[in-house]
Amino acid sequence: MNPFRYERANDAAGAVAAHGAAAAAAYLGGGTNLVDLMKLRVARPETLVDVARLAHDRIDVLPSGGVRIGAAVKNSVLAADRTIRSQYPMLSGALLSGASGQLRNLATTGGNLLQRTRCTYFADVSKPCNKRDPGSGCPARTGYHRTLGIFGISESCIATHPSDMAVALAALDAIVRVRGASGEREIPLGDFYRLPGTEPQYDTVLEPADLIVAVDLPPNGFARSSLYRKARDRASYAFALVSVAAALEIEDGRVREVRLALGGVAPKPWRATAAEAALRGKPATEASFLEAAEAELAHARPLPDNAFKIALARNMIVRALCDLAEAA
Amino acid sequence: MSVVERALGAGLERIDGPLKVTGAARYAYEYPAENVAYGYLIGSTIAKGRIASVDSSAARALPGVIDIVTHESAPRLADVSDAALAVLQSADVAYHGQIVGIVVAQTLEISRHAASLCVFTYAEEKHDVELRVDRPDLYKPDKVNPDFPTDSAQGNFERAFASAAHAIDVTYTTPHEHNNPLEPHATLAAWEDDGAGVTLYDANQGPHGIRDDVAKAFGLAAERVRIIAPYVGGGFGSKAFTHPHVIATAMAAKVAARPVKIALTRQQMFALVGHRTPTIQRLRLAADRAGNLSAIGHDVVEATSTIEEFAEQTAVATRMMYTAPNRRTTHRLARLDVPSPSIMRAPGEAPGMFALESAIDEIAEACGIDPVEFRIRNEPALDPESGLPFSSRNLVACLRRGAERFGWTAREPGARGRTPGRRRAGYGVAASTYPARTRPSTARIELDEAGGYRVLLDASDIGTGAWTALWQLSAEALGVSLERVHVEIGDSALPKAPGAGGSMGLSSWGSAIYDAAQKLRAELERHGGRVPSTGLRVEGSVDGNVQAKDFARHAFGAQFAEVSVDLDTGEVRVPRLCGVFAAGRIVNPRTARSQLLGGMTMGLSMALHEETVLDARFGHFANHDFAEYHIAVNADVGEIDVAWIDEVDVHVNPFGAKGVGEIGIVGTAAAIANAVYDATGIRIRDLPIRPEKLLV
Repeated sequence: MNPFRYERANDAAGAVAAHGAAAAAAYLGGGTNLVDLMKLRVARPETLVDVARLAHDRIDVLPSGGVRIGAAVKNSVLAADRTIRSQYPMLSGALLSGASGQLRNLATTGGNLLQRTRCTYFADVSKPCNKRDPGSGCPARTGYHRTLGIFGISESCIATHPSDMAVALAALDAIVRVRGASGEREIPLGDFYRLPGTEPQYDTVLEPADLIVAVDLPPNGFARSSLYRKARDRASYAFALVSVAAALEIEDGRVREVRLALGGVAPKPWRATAAEAALRGKPATEASFLEAAEAELAHARPLPDNAFKIALARNMIVRALCDLAEAA
Repeated sequence: MSVVERALGAGLERIDGPLKVTGAARYAYEYPAENVAYGYLIGSTIAKGRIASVDSSAARALPGVIDIVTHESAPRLADVSDAALAVLQSADVAYHGQIVGIVVAQTLEISRHAASLCVFTYAEEKHDVELRVDRPDLYKPDKVNPDFPTDSAQGNFERAFASAAHAIDVTYTTPHEHNNPLEPHATLAAWEDDGAGVTLYDANQGPHGIRDDVAKAFGLAAERVRIIAPYVGGGFGSKAFTHPHVIATAMAAKVAARPVKIALTRQQMFALVGHRTPTIQRLRLAADRAGNLSAIGHDVVEATSTIEEFAEQTAVATRMMYTAPNRRTTHRLARLDVPSPSIMRAPGEAPGMFALESAIDEIAEACGIDPVEFRIRNEPALDPESGLPFSSRNLVACLRRGAERFGWTAREPGARGRTPGRRRAGYGVAASTYPARTRPSTARIELDEAGGYRVLLDASDIGTGAWTALWQLSAEALGVSLERVHVEIGDSALPKAPGAGGSMGLSSWGSAIYDAAQKLRAELERHGGRVPSTGLRVEGSVDGNVQAKDFARHAFGAQFAEVSVDLDTGEVRVPRLCGVFAAGRIVNPRTARSQLLGGMTMGLSMALHEETVLDARFGHFANHDFAEYHIAVNADVGEIDVAWIDEVDVHVNPFGAKGVGEIGIVGTAAAIANAVYDATGIRIRDLPIRPEKLLV
């Protein structure tokens, strides 16, 4: 770990100003990922601006019927919130499937969105990694990549985004509220993350001093017909091999609305838009679900050791939708 | 000598429990030392070659840095015959992560930061880390760990195998696995002012062994080296032998002329403290129509390193498990540019019995015989290879008792695989075994005038419950109540005893204590039952495997597993495990149960989770942390039913106990793999059983 300065901001504007004024600054939320990366020297901020104690720790129902989640709300608090559990069970389920109780007690909503990939080469400064050290190469592509991406990857990077929470937020069409040097703005979650292309070092569209202040959920949380499922190497405390956030609304035996997002398969929470498009208006049957899954997975570009994710994602999508249809 | 309680067999709570849960029990890194400095190790980033240059100028300029030791500046060790411990004695690099530098600083943070500022350049050579069965350079070691013959052969295996009614010829593989005790390896070294002696607070499984290695490396008289380790946070074999960080810490303290502490990071533990070798195991079993085994062949290919030979005894258990007139076992090694493999909980038996007990399931099915009955049918009357009688062998009783407890008879082979729904349940069984050995040990007992007994020996408790079990054994041997007995262990200044390993601790230490107790009782009698004012003091000992020539001595067990496989995801859950063991007398049912439960949990972890991934291009273990090296968590562990049968084996030691440290992990992985086969019809022959192997 390199030496660093520690600053604590009183409000969002102060945090953004402090970040902007310092060279190589980073915001510190729960620190559950950043501090590890600092120990490993993957992250080497010279200044930490602590935003975990800012006032963004509320969960408010908006006049529209949606919900605003403060960026400093802890994962465990969010998962246990009565409104979230009843109106957005998919989000609560996603949160509870991630990390451990101790980590969720520390991790914040904003920090969760900004987790870095768990690719082992990214975390090892003695090895090349285009995300950490642009231009150094990607050893994962021909090395250990069993857990890495099949969608949205590039020649330079095949990392996956580790968050479960973000997968549910992607399915829910959440909006990320960001405060930057020139004030506050909204970024739909679908536009929040970047694909690696030739610049995998940038995970999101955020500018350096941008601070996430809240995440807004639209009114429809698909409370009656949604779920989050996660396949992993052990029953708890493991990142997703593949996860599925799914919501389904059926009218007269046909799919009126469907939301489908996948985790563990791409550099960002992967909204399965091809599958959704293939399903809307179709009969809510296993055959349609399978067809939709295959429409999405036709775009996958697997590597030898993660090709199993195609069958896994297909099975999980079909099963999730079948179960939702059956419950409807 | 008034009240005599029956201490042996009582399920006492651990006497060290309150100390541990309150934090009062000190672990190696926690000992205070005046003027202590903090070390941090620098590991090589290549797997083979030479250090071409070192630039530590930026690190040295950092305030708080006391010294940086590299091969250029390190003091010469007095003895470098053990290449693995020849820390910083040359520019050569033999594996990725090998110690190439030690930073000593006033704080851990400064030390770690300074380490990152040291620039090493290397003249890299092509390394070779891949274990394959077709390597032309496989060789036959002189023996396998610790002293078994490398190969064995009886009858005419090839002919019997070729002419059998039923035969299977299958290959099983097990991956690299790492011991990963919760407490990282840590050492605090403090030299005496004259430099002729050193004290190490060190996380290890046996202070005397560490003492001898440190004395040899630094050219010291053994009695001037003291190793203190009363409480150790797990070892699983990785703290049994001296590893390079111990030498590095003593060296750093010598150079800095002040006490130095070093703890390994989790990542460093993957390179520096041993691991389980990967294995490739060919199993050939043949049987007649009635299900009698006619031929058993077990041929193992595994890895060792270039700097040290470790030959795991993978096929040794196969030599005594089942009867068959024609048999062969072999072990062949590849010498690779990797950190040295070493012992990991039940080295040999754990991977070897995964293969054998899976293969038994396969041949039983080929013969159309229930796998419990198949094992019973092939139960030997005498040790098949030595011809010796077993001191006790209750495998059949374990199988029958286990089948009853588990509800094995309710099993309908293959039926579960046809159950409706998206999950499939299956049952599996496997046998367990582990040798019951004794190593030379000594112990001292002192009796004071007030009637208090002090039992002193350098035994180790690495979380097993040895503190408590030895207390009970001592009271039993002395025929006095527990309150009058005080035990001291975990210090090389105490009478010499072997470390905790090979499930030999209790037998070895207990035998020495029994011998001392007998002498003390005789001595007391000589004094007319009165303790002289100077007290009494006796030394006891045991020679080791004194009866090995007369008996084959092993513990046995049977493990049953129920699995539930998600057909969509390939995820395997284990709602139930049942283990029934015959391990001689159980000294403390509470701590013994914990040992067996822990072993079975580790076996479950081996079956489903554990695998270290060696990246052949860099020669490093890519998944070297707990986020990526998966160990079973609580949610993976369902109901575990642990039981044992009453067995007192008078041939193993005076108290008839066989040791339960390792047998619990033996067989679990096979029972689970066999259950997965029962559930899915998919035979997994390479561990771990990952979801992708079951996705269709």
